[in-house]
Amino acid sequence: MTPADVVRRIGFYTLLCLVFASFVLPMLWLVSVPFDAKPSLSVSVPDFTLGNFETLADNPSAYKSLLNSVIISAGSMVLVVSLAALGAYALSRVRIRGRDALLYALLLLSSIVTGTAAIVPLYILLDELQLLDSHTGVVLAMSGGLLPAALFILKDFMDTTPRSYEESARVFGASPLRILVDVVVPIARPGLATIAVWTVVQVWGNFLIPFIAYNDPDRFPAAVRMFTFYTEAGQPNLLLISAFSLAYAIPVIAMYLFVSARYGFRFHGGIKH
Amino acid sequence: MALAEPVEAAPPGPTASTDAAGLGRARAWLFVAPGLVLVAIFLVFPALWTIYLGTTNYELLGERKVSPEFVGLDNYTDTLADPEFHDSVVKTLLFVFGSALVGQMCLGFAIAWMLRTAGVWVRRTVETVVLMAWILPGSIVGFLWYAFLSEDDGTLNAILPVGDSAWLVEHPMWSIVIFNTWRGTAFSMLLFTAALATVPPSQLETARLSGAGGWQQLRDVVLPNIRGHILTNALLISLWTFNDFTPFLITGGEGSEILPIYIYKTALTGQQQLGLASAVSLIVLLINLVVALAYLAMLRRRRVR
Repeated sequence: MTPADVVRRIGFYTLLCLVFASFVLPMLWLVSVPFDAKPSLSVSVPDFTLGNFETLADNPSAYKSLLNSVIISAGSMVLVVSLAALGAYALSRVRIRGRDALLYALLLLSSIVTGTAAIVPLYILLDELQLLDSHTGVVLAMSGGLLPAALFILKDFMDTTPRSYEESARVFGASPLRILVDVVVPIARPGLATIAVWTVVQVWGNFLIPFIAYNDPDRFPAAVRMFTFYTEAGQPNLLLISAFSLAYAIPVIAMYLFVSARYGFRFHGGIKH
Repeated sequence: MALAEPVEAAPPGPTASTDAAGLGRARAWLFVAPGLVLVAIFLVFPALWTIYLGTTNYELLGERKVSPEFVGLDNYTDTLADPEFHDSVVKTLLFVFGSALVGQMCLGFAIAWMLRTAGVWVRRTVETVVLMAWILPGSIVGFLWYAFLSEDDGTLNAILPVGDSAWLVEHPMWSIVIFNTWRGTAFSMLLFTAALATVPPSQLETARLSGAGGWQQLRDVVLPNIRGHILTNALLISLWTFNDFTPFLITGGEGSEILPIYIYKTALTGQQQLGLASAVSLIVLLINLVVALAYLAMLRRRRVR
């Protein structure tokens, strides 16, 4: 290596370290402060304790909100995966007129009607249907938003699965629904798992819809509850927020590790958000 | 809520669309119907309803909730004449341009480009932290950045040798632009990593042999090869950034009233003017429509090929 190459190499790694540092720095709070006996807004070497988690465990509103997050995530997952599987299978195997146009129209719609632009009509709709402050309302609203992309991705996936097993099952007289459940679902499991994890991550992290759909703090999922932890002096209760944030983040990190170990993250690159 | 970008869409097999299970058209529709009904109620209907609501003086409470009146285009003329709306549009443009098109896209490309030649552990480590910023729930990263930038004892002030500043109060727009760059770079990184893998090594080799330096290779070989990816990426991240509500969690909307926050404030705080907010929503929906149509046209062209 010439000296110029050495300098270039050093520059390269310095730059990479800078990038790494700028991504890690804001995250350090999440891994240090939950274990700090004197939590503050800044990151420092923690005065180690697990006491913050005891405080968290003693706070019913905290774990109730995590339970609420589990309920709406699981509910949406079941609804999205089952409806998307049914629809994607039918669209993959039967040539319905206008099928591709339908899929693209759905995808277009779900990317337009998103975020804040949809909350006004959604709020009024939930109100009219008496579904404000109800997990059912939030599950239905979120699933409706996620379903088009789920259908699109799963239909792609179903197109690549072999059909010979279905033919044999049919020869033996199985009904289409039976074939779907017993033959197609096991073959399509990686695709279904992708959609399931994706749905859970979306719902688990969503702030906006629960924020407008719930008034009753007992029904808040973790995403909204986090912002209600204040001390009597009106300051954010850092002790509780730090431990709570970590508890709330762990399922997402666990799912990330699971997905990247099992399938590799690259494949899922595009379908987050 | 989502746009699909199947990076590795496999071509349909030779037997695609053969009805192996004997479903038949009628039953196929029956299978698709429950999903379509859900989408119709919670996606199509709200979108269409926005058009109607935007022409009324609907408010959350009181008389105008029970019997809203038709006000024609008043909401639109009021909105277009509102200086706060103009301010919000400018802030939104700054936010999308600064954090998505400049921030996420350039940083995402730079990281993908650098990691190309890095060792496997370096690569995995950097990729993991960038991805973490992207997949953690918005409420958590919102609070992390609130803490990071806080005046009293935020970590940024502790690191920087200059005096403490209240970043969120003094520079709210810069704060959310930097935040959103940090938050969303992962997508561009993933997309450009995939894109760079499609650049034929032989072309790069030829360029190198004819004496092209790093910048020249980038300009003459790499960029022309990944033009489609760049456009796709630009459209998607702009769309997502344009609709993002997360900055609200850091600044509470103070000094950073991008359009999503403007809609929220109009609709659910103060006078709670849902009709007026619907008019603004429709403007946002129409802009989304233009961007999404451009994206789908690209996606479709790529698949047909």
